[in-house]
Amino acid sequence: MVKRKYCDMISRSKPGPGDGGNTGSWRVMRPIINLEACIPVKTKKNSCFNCWLYCPDCVVSKTIPPTINFEYCKGCGICAEECPVGAISMVTEATPVTEEK
Amino acid sequence: MHIIESGNVAAAIGVKLSRAQVIAAYPITPQTPLTEKLSEFVESGELEAEYIPVESEHSAMAVCIAASSAGARAFTATSANGLLYMVEQLNWAVGARLPVVMCVANRGIGAPWTVWNDQQDTISQRDVGWIQIYANDHQQIIDSVIKAFKLAQTVSVPVMVCYDGYLLSHTYMPFEQPEQKKVDAFLPAFAPKHFLDPENPGNFNTVTLPDIRPDVDGNMAPGYIEIRHNLQEDLRAALDTYVTIDNEFEKEFGRGGNPFIEEYRCDDAEFVAVCIGSLSYQLRDVVDIMRDDKVKIGVMGVQMYRPFPDQAIVGALAGKKCVIVFEKALSYGNQGALYADIKSALYSSEKKPRVHNYILGLGGREIKTQHLLDALAQSCTSPDTFGDSPRWIGLKL
Repeated sequence: MVKRKYCDMISRSKPGPGDGGNTGSWRVMRPIINLEACIPVKTKKNSCFNCWLYCPDCVVSKTIPPTINFEYCKGCGICAEECPVGAISMVTEATPVTEEK
Repeated sequence: MHIIESGNVAAAIGVKLSRAQVIAAYPITPQTPLTEKLSEFVESGELEAEYIPVESEHSAMAVCIAASSAGARAFTATSANGLLYMVEQLNWAVGARLPVVMCVANRGIGAPWTVWNDQQDTISQRDVGWIQIYANDHQQIIDSVIKAFKLAQTVSVPVMVCYDGYLLSHTYMPFEQPEQKKVDAFLPAFAPKHFLDPENPGNFNTVTLPDIRPDVDGNMAPGYIEIRHNLQEDLRAALDTYVTIDNEFEKEFGRGGNPFIEEYRCDDAEFVAVCIGSLSYQLRDVVDIMRDDKVKIGVMGVQMYRPFPDQAIVGALAGKKCVIVFEKALSYGNQGALYADIKSALYSSEKKPRVHNYILGLGGREIKTQHLLDALAQSCTSPDTFGDSPRWIGLKL
């Protein structure tokens, strides 16, 4: 009997974006970061990053400024909820995006 | 060393010799003395294991799933309604491919409430994907438990070791207790390649999508249907694996050679009685009586029910005049499950025997030798007069 690899016996996932499929297609609301209010951008220090920490899909980068991978962001809004300075707002996908950098 | 003990204690000693590391169980008759014995072994330090008392059978299997996922050798035991209460977790354990071993002391299912023996509990779970081994006596109970741990971890599929409640669980019989040193050589420690590891974090048994998809590293990950297909393939391959394990066991301990079926006076038999469990030994007495009357009859006990050893069964039964299947379980609204499986296996063979089905012993109804004699006499003298519906033995309507 050829020993089957575990990865073919069960489903499993590792931390990282995209392990639940192309979840960006689920998005109805899009998070927009107001960089003027964002703590790491304002202080130029690696601080806060609550959006990165709380994102269930690991799509927020731990960078200055933080960026969002919209291929996998499903628009859950947890980052907007967790941002201590209210720098992230959720706008409907029907709204034309002009301000995002 | 030979000792005289109950079937439940034989199972408990088998678990101890197999060095189970986590035991979680909820008491239910007639299994309770087994896990009571294990708790004594843990308390006295004879068995180095975590004994986790839980509030239900569902939790017992959940603990075994967690322990096995963490790389520990896990064991539980139950009966009847307790088994049914853990069904959701039974499915999880096999889908997660965890080598949990469980003993089931077979008991009828309520309602109406019964604590006595039949096999409806485990037979009703034949389709979940667990391997099912049935023991006919105490020696087979202790040997099967040890073999079950090895089989489970070799094929990454959980194994049920089943034995008749009371008839085996509570009766006393002499049996040989294998030496710990030999069991250690036969059954190496459980060393999974894939387990919960904080150094290498990941989620197991995550949601699958209907199609395959790339994982984080860009490798294609199987979908639900691939994972289920692979389980089926691995279960079929487990038949050969069990033969190998049985051979190794026989070399070490001198017992074995009949991993799937156990035949008695079948060589020249025209008629073969078939059943699962201790009834097959009771039927040996009946066969001896009928042989004295020059009836060419034998009996075959089925010891592995899932995966179904169809080749062994067809090899034993094709060309016989009539096969008489006795069952302590029923697929309600149809026939006995074993009867249907045996008929299905024989369908493609050229020399198809007649196959009869008897239902008996449900809820512990006593099975008398005269009942078995009468039923077999009828099947042997007029094999062509039976329909496809099961006949019932010992009914008092």
